[in-house]
Amino acid sequence: MKTDDLIALLSRDALLNERGSREKLTLALLAAVVMAGMVFAVIIRPRADLMTVATTTVFSIKLLFVLTLALAAVGLLRAAAKTEARLPAMLGVIPVAVLLFGFAYDVSTEPVAQLGTRLVGKNAAFCLVAIPFMAIMPMVGLFYALRSSAPNSPTVAGAMAGFASGAIAAAFYALHCTDDSPFFVAVWYSAAILILTAIGAALGRRILAW
Amino acid sequence: MRAAIGGDEGAYARLLRELTPFLRTIARGGLSRAGRSTADAEDIVQETLIAIHLKRSTWISTQPLTPWVRAIIRHKVIDALRRRGSTGQVDLDAISEFIAAPSDEPEIATTDVMKLAESLPSGQKAVIKAMFVDGHDTAETAKSLSMTEGAVRVALHRGLGGLATLFRGSM
Repeated sequence: MKTDDLIALLSRDALLNERGSREKLTLALLAAVVMAGMVFAVIIRPRADLMTVATTTVFSIKLLFVLTLALAAVGLLRAAAKTEARLPAMLGVIPVAVLLFGFAYDVSTEPVAQLGTRLVGKNAAFCLVAIPFMAIMPMVGLFYALRSSAPNSPTVAGAMAGFASGAIAAAFYALHCTDDSPFFVAVWYSAAILILTAIGAALGRRILAW
Repeated sequence: MRAAIGGDEGAYARLLRELTPFLRTIARGGLSRAGRSTADAEDIVQETLIAIHLKRSTWISTQPLTPWVRAIIRHKVIDALRRRGSTGQVDLDAISEFIAAPSDEPEIATTDVMKLAESLPSGQKAVIKAMFVDGHDTAETAKSLSMTEGAVRVALHRGLGGLATLFRGSM
């Protein structure tokens, strides 16, 4: 076919009837927080002693970590969705710094001998199920929005969608889980989020190619 | 582009026609720098035009168009090289240095879109055929196929999306 003919054909479809892709992603991110929040509120439930522990340092560190992680993930996802993508890897520095501070706080306030016990915790298996469970609907929404974007690397964009939905789910899960040790968080939360990131990468490669 | 998104078909066709020589130069440059024959350049140009069309909601209307167009064709050139088995490193800045006068469309065989369109659902195929082969506009197509103009627009839009997928599969 002649290129001119193709242009004539495309120009018949000039009118754009959809929202901008950035706007779609913002809406999907808001929806992701709402959906993860609803599953959390109805099924996972906050821990019974939430109000009592809310003021402890170890809980605050955990909360600060998951919140900064979720914000970093959202920033990375928005960058990965662009055609001229440059991932701002520096965004990851803040949650990692919070976690390192948590490690230092943990070993200076709790007996090092029981570090392994704290790391294994009581809720490891549930953590690995609950975070992906809360992340399913947010991830579907994010992929739906990303379909209209033109990501530089579909695999990376998909991975970041998995990462972001996992980090948002983890932020809610932190209000349920009674294992507050940063070592537990570092191992099990990360494992759950990594699983979602890997699934996102595999899906992105297939679904988000353009 | 702003007028095009608002539905100005004439402005849109003009924009795409003016972009084409630029796309062709970049596509040829990308292929020749990778040591490939430039015979496939027109396929990349057409695929890029379809991508520009389908992905125009990713362009932020307050920003300049050229960097966005460059990013799209860069992706398509790398994609094409990769599919033809290459590491696909394209230094766009180096290519754009030898952007020259607009080149004429070469008389080479390109992927036959109507052949690809055969695999589309029949409604979309009929609309694309009416517009492309018979040269009908939206109103004429609607009349000849007894569809509403809205339905023609939807079928065309979906058909173009389907063509992009088929295009990718054929190369």
